[in-house]
Amino acid sequence: MSPMVAFVHIAVLVMMIIAAFLAVILKNLLSAVIALSAASLLLSLEFYLLHAPDVAIAEAGIGAALTMAIFIFAIRATKK
Amino acid sequence: MKGEMSIIVKTITKLIYGFIMVYGFYVIVHGHLTPGGGFQGGAIVASAFALLVVTYGNQGVNNYLKKDVFSLVESTGLVLFIAFAFFGLGVTFFYNFLANSGGLFGNPAIIGVNPGDLNTGGTVPIMNIAVGLEVLAALTVIILTMSAASEITKEKEN
Repeated sequence: MSPMVAFVHIAVLVMMIIAAFLAVILKNLLSAVIALSAASLLLSLEFYLLHAPDVAIAEAGIGAALTMAIFIFAIRATKK
Repeated sequence: MKGEMSIIVKTITKLIYGFIMVYGFYVIVHGHLTPGGGFQGGAIVASAFALLVVTYGNQGVNNYLKKDVFSLVESTGLVLFIAFAFFGLGVTFFYNFLANSGGLFGNPAIIGVNPGDLNTGGTVPIMNIAVGLEVLAALTVIILTMSAASEITKEKEN
């Protein structure tokens, strides 16, 4: 693995950790869900970098899009 | 109307939901040539429907996205899948009787590096289309049910 590719891997993983941390500490529920979705999207990018495009498409479709939609429906059922 | 998003989200949704659906159907139809297949493409198309439900709310899409229609599409996909599995029963279950036959999806596969011939694969593309229809309809039914349930919960709490 060349140093450039290793740097990209580490950058994606660090951004994933930051996004997951934001999902925990953000007070606004919609912002927290969007941070979780960003972590999922970065995970799908990492799958693509590891030469698994099939898993990456499934992760982007299910993990980032549909889970976020269901979380938004759950937030709509809550009171402010 | 309650349960809607802002005008920015509505405008962006109108611009991109068609492109998401076309990309999903592209992934389904090219399932035997490129990464992805029925499940992944169906999930992408269902995410376009989820975008519509999130943006316009449950009441906004009630007249266009009907649960019964998607349930019918889901059953159609499953019946298509098992029917093409039984059609090959002259030799064995799931026999690929269309491959290299010269008819529908019947061209012989090209050896070596090539741009890809869509008309190959026999029953594999048909199975991909069946699974794609099943998955997109099932996930959309899940999304619509969740959306309706959140409206009911909100009315109960207030």
